[in-house]
Amino acid sequence: MQKDIKRLSFLLLFAPFALWITLLIILPHLGMLHISLREKVAPRVYEFGFGNYLNFFNEPIYWNTLLRTGSMSLLVTLLALILGFPIAYYIAKIAGRRARGALFLMCLIPLWVSDLIRAFGWILLMRETGVISNTLQWAGVINAPIEFLYNDATVIMGLVYTTILFMIVPLVSTLDGMDDAMIEAGYNLGGNGPTVLRRIIIPYAMPGIVSGCIVVFMLTAGSYLTPILLGGKNSSWFTEQIYDQFITRYNWEAGAAFGFVLLAFTSLVIWGGLKLTGQTLNTTVARS
Amino acid sequence: MHSTAEYDLECDQVSKHFGSVRAVDDVSFVIPKGSFFSILGPSGCGKTTLMRMIAGFEQPSSGDIRIKGRSVISTPPNRRNVKMVFQHLALFPMMNVYENIAYGLRCSGASKDVIRAKVHDVLERISLPDVANREITQLSGGQKQRIAIARCMVLDPDVLLLDEPLGALDLKLREAMKIELKLLQHQFDTTFVYITHDQSEALVMSDHVAIMNGGKFVQIGTPQELYHKPAAAFVAGFVGHTNRWAGRVSRVESGEVEVATDGGLSLRGIVRGTVSPQVGDIVNAYVRPEFITAQRSAGHNPQADAGQNTIEGRVDSILFNGANSRVLVKNRAGELIEADVVLTGDEQDLKPKDEVILSWPVAQTLSFKD
Repeated sequence: MQKDIKRLSFLLLFAPFALWITLLIILPHLGMLHISLREKVAPRVYEFGFGNYLNFFNEPIYWNTLLRTGSMSLLVTLLALILGFPIAYYIAKIAGRRARGALFLMCLIPLWVSDLIRAFGWILLMRETGVISNTLQWAGVINAPIEFLYNDATVIMGLVYTTILFMIVPLVSTLDGMDDAMIEAGYNLGGNGPTVLRRIIIPYAMPGIVSGCIVVFMLTAGSYLTPILLGGKNSSWFTEQIYDQFITRYNWEAGAAFGFVLLAFTSLVIWGGLKLTGQTLNTTVARS
Repeated sequence: MHSTAEYDLECDQVSKHFGSVRAVDDVSFVIPKGSFFSILGPSGCGKTTLMRMIAGFEQPSSGDIRIKGRSVISTPPNRRNVKMVFQHLALFPMMNVYENIAYGLRCSGASKDVIRAKVHDVLERISLPDVANREITQLSGGQKQRIAIARCMVLDPDVLLLDEPLGALDLKLREAMKIELKLLQHQFDTTFVYITHDQSEALVMSDHVAIMNGGKFVQIGTPQELYHKPAAAFVAGFVGHTNRWAGRVSRVESGEVEVATDGGLSLRGIVRGTVSPQVGDIVNAYVRPEFITAQRSAGHNPQADAGQNTIEGRVDSILFNGANSRVLVKNRAGELIEADVVLTGDEQDLKPKDEVILSWPVAQTLSFKD
């Protein structure tokens, strides 16, 4: 009896997750995989083959875009880490108990506004007739309007801005679990500031760092809105290629193949990152 | 100016204020080379703040701290040759035992060969030669303890600070570690400063103990002095078990007082402490249980012996604890008095409800005017 109730409650709790993962993740991906593996030979006539994938490798513009997306995502991840670590350290270790909640909330508040609205906010600030350009002109620093949008720096800035929170949260939770005495012991045994940071704080925070990096990298490489709105036609983000194939060219076969290429690529990068830092998914994402 | 070489650590009128709170208030002491010094006090007495100032994590509001004769007030914590064993040890979990011990040597820029030799040497000395490659999580509580000490001792500190490091261990292990710490201190021949609220730790291990209360040092002395010749009521009450009577002085006579207690007893005791009481003053009289003998009254009336206090009572309960057994005796005023007894397990042993006479020497009745 007791056992049956336990089983039932487990099934009830597990059901939403199972439904979500099969209906929204596994089934669509199987469908996509199927679509990506068929070649159109005549209207409404398809053959099984790897033509769509070959197409990707034969056309430099495609894999160049992917490499560009990948390297820029890595840069965004690195910047988010460099900017996010001191913030997380301050929240977890330096700020007082009460300030901590307020600071955390301040990090969260931007998330209450949709991605789209925030991107338009950046546009208002940075376009040729926007706030920054006008202010600089008024102050006499420049004498003609400058377009700050539609370049890589703006795209990277926008992406760091949207993803940094996902770096801060896991970092705060790992650093929070670190006993202050450990840092003091690091100094007490003769370490100076940089040594303590390099030999004690960063190794301790490694699970948080890796898990934050994975999330930020995934979000960045798969993001669509920010690169398109802030980067315009020049952004050449890989998700834009996928969108093009599906919507503009109505070439679902190629689009599906690109989707899988992106998935494989990001998975490969993350696997490499985990190998490099000696962490596993178990010790990082699962922990924080 | 002291002659510098003989003291490893000197604190000179050290104070620390947090706002209006005086956490450490004008504390001065010197610790001779190679001794085991304990600072004993209740929680919140300022002992941890004092130790953090010696280690350099807090800056004193005033006063001077000298290590081997040199002031370290302006030396940052990583440049002081004072190492610390933290309350929860603070071993680095991401490093194995070897790396934990090697960390400090690496910071000082020692070569690889020197590091290897020193780490293995110190592991030999704490008799854990085979754990170098273990992870911290694979060690037992006692082993962690020893690694934490080894991690400090490998750096040859002038002073080793220990912040209640036995607190997290279970009772059996704590007893064993007490002896072991004392042996380690002898072996390394380094000055240990041990912070604790556990008096048995302080008494068993230390050469000298400072009793701290409310940010001040109440008394510094050997464990025997503190136990048998407490200089203040706080020390008498805090160190060891004791019976306490509050009362009013009815007669004063060459170092002896007669006290009429609140419960209606009349006790004679000797005067201790800095203030000599006058007739009518309120005093506290302390008597340790081991000086009180409990005998069955067996009909005959107690005769007043010149050097003895005697009172009658009835055994309330027996607190059996092997060789440290006690009886709780209730006197006519309803006060409970603890006395040590020897329980042999035969018919002669005291039992609850037995009528007894308690007696103890006047010289062991220590009276303090607060």
